[in-house]
Amino acid sequence: MHRYRAAPAATLRIEPLDSLTLIYHRTSGITHVVDSPVPELIAALDNQTLTLDEALAALAAAHDLIDPDRAALAARLGELTQAGLVEQV
Amino acid sequence: MSGALLAAVLRDPARAERLDAAGWTALLGVARAEQLIGSLAWRLDGLAKPAAACGILADARAAAEHGRTAALWEAEMARRALGPAGIPVVLLKGTAFVATGLSAGQGRQIGDLDILVPRDRIDEAESALLTAGWEWVKPDPYDDIYYRRWMHELPPLIHHERDRMIDVHHTILPLTARITPDAAALIDSRVALSNGLFVLPPEGMIVHAAAHLLADGDLQGGLRNLWDIRCLLDEFGEDATFLDRLAACAAQHGLTREVQRALRLSAHLFGDGGRLTVADRLYVRRLLARDGWGQPTRKLIELAFYLRGHWLRMPPLMLARHLWTKWRKDKEAR
Amino acid sequence: MRHSTMLRIGPVGFRVGSDWRAPVATLNELYRDYPQPDIPDFNVRLFAARPWRRWVRPSVHIAGDFVLPESAPLPLAQGLLAAEMGMNLQMALGQRRYLLLHASGVERDGKALLMTGESGAGKSTLAALLMTRGWRLLGDEFVLIDPATGMAHGFPRLISLKNEAIAVMARAAPEGRWGPMLTDTPKGTIRHLVPDARAIAAMDRPARPALLLFPNFGFDAAERTVPASECFVRLTQASTNYVALAEPGFDALATLVRSIPARAIDYPDTTSALASVERLWDALA
Repeated sequence: MHRYRAAPAATLRIEPLDSLTLIYHRTSGITHVVDSPVPELIAALDNQTLTLDEALAALAAAHDLIDPDRAALAARLGELTQAGLVEQV
Repeated sequence: MSGALLAAVLRDPARAERLDAAGWTALLGVARAEQLIGSLAWRLDGLAKPAAACGILADARAAAEHGRTAALWEAEMARRALGPAGIPVVLLKGTAFVATGLSAGQGRQIGDLDILVPRDRIDEAESALLTAGWEWVKPDPYDDIYYRRWMHELPPLIHHERDRMIDVHHTILPLTARITPDAAALIDSRVALSNGLFVLPPEGMIVHAAAHLLADGDLQGGLRNLWDIRCLLDEFGEDATFLDRLAACAAQHGLTREVQRALRLSAHLFGDGGRLTVADRLYVRRLLARDGWGQPTRKLIELAFYLRGHWLRMPPLMLARHLWTKWRKDKEAR
Repeated sequence: MRHSTMLRIGPVGFRVGSDWRAPVATLNELYRDYPQPDIPDFNVRLFAARPWRRWVRPSVHIAGDFVLPESAPLPLAQGLLAAEMGMNLQMALGQRRYLLLHASGVERDGKALLMTGESGAGKSTLAALLMTRGWRLLGDEFVLIDPATGMAHGFPRLISLKNEAIAVMARAAPEGRWGPMLTDTPKGTIRHLVPDARAIAAMDRPARPALLLFPNFGFDAAERTVPASECFVRLTQASTNYVALAEPGFDALATLVRSIPARAIDYPDTTSALASVERLWDALA
């Protein structure tokens, strides 16, 4: 089972705009423009490593998700890993 | 020659305080052309400068700082791609200097990520990088076959999102070069950094820099390579045993002549001086051949070194074939 | 280089060298009221690839501190265009002090109106027309945002007008000083208009950004509020150095899109565009 961890909070500048959120990643110098649930996911993976199912449960608990979508979350985690905002450990 | 001005100011920063506006203009132009403006900015830190020069040098430092961030990130992403397969990633050149926090990395302009991996793991490294989002830069079949048969690295790969190139080397000189360094020994000598990446030990860095400067290529951008060597010597040369280790390392890889020449050139241009051979003087002229606009001067010497650079890499018959193919392709491209 | 000159546009100093006299003479004439830097920020070189090409079918290659490998040469008659392209190239590739927005800008009462959009959207022409109607021109091509202050600095280089816009501006600015008519350039016919005396005299005075417009020429009149996130993305695309400026660039841009209103305006003709601009501006006050 893969485990995931977000980039340390101190390396991220997270600035919510309107419906979208800006994330400046200091370690890479790259700006990401993201939609929900990415900021929530990064918050859940801050300072702890979670599996996909644990991340799903954490998001559901924190944000009252009625219909948590496992496949969609797996896809987001894959993208964030490619982008380097999340690391597989 | 304004190349000489740049070398003189790098050697003795106080000289900049005596420059007039035209002198500064030439100095900054040459430093940019030689990709040494960030290093110059660090070197002139704290000295009195005209306001305009101050601004340009501050910009150069900021640019180098951003370059450092980007270079270290590429190294980290290479580690994430290759680490799980257990392939050690040995950083080379500029990225190694900044990852180790060496003075040679201060203000250093860094282009591609250069890494060294064991030759028997190169195919694995290639497929792991392709999986992690890198792709081939050019599909040109001639260049591809050329690289795979004769070069010391994979054809360049570029990351499709980040648009940054990686050069994956399995040794430090082309396989066609007459000198064949012991790549396995170099990799065995690697030093671990705290972030899971590796670098060569200082003597290995200098031997590689000297090989790159003097046994590979046409000396284009050579002044920066020589400045790297000067900084490494400055940082490690105090240690009495270091020069012995350097000599042993150079001998092990068949690069004694190149390392000795690099030391002489560095002492002459950036240090306390020292005797030069007749051939050394030609190198010096080539290294300093820039005018006050940053343009190359001395075309004839440049051409001679271009041909020499190719001669070093390839036996003559292969060279003729290579130049013919290149020339034909250039014609077609026009 | 055989011939050379220096000139300063807004906060940026250039030195332009040339193998030929003509491009430098034209620059000296058109930029005669601009100051000269003592140490230039950037160098531009106009050169012949081979010595004999100075005379035989002379073609002007463009180089400088920063170069694009694939830039094609221009005929000597278009030497002014080559010099302008060379300076633009240095800005696009080398500017590190200011966040460079590919936008036109005008100022009124110390506040800046910024206009950005694709090539052909009309931002150059609109800025030039506003200059003839009481606004101070900041620049027709680049606006520079200082990351430390958020202020917009002008870059009032020669206004580059293309094709139909040349006649439009000749009517709007009958007193204007013009460069030579350059026909058959890679972008059609181009003629350069010297910014008015006010724009040059005040070029060191920055302005506080107040309104951002995305004009779009050739459509029925329409107007739409552009959300901050869309502005952010479009401005990163309109900036050649956003990434290179790192976190200060991020701060500058995030602050900018949060602090000023933004509208996309479609317009069928310049008259209706100018009316929309004035109306939107007045609504701010």
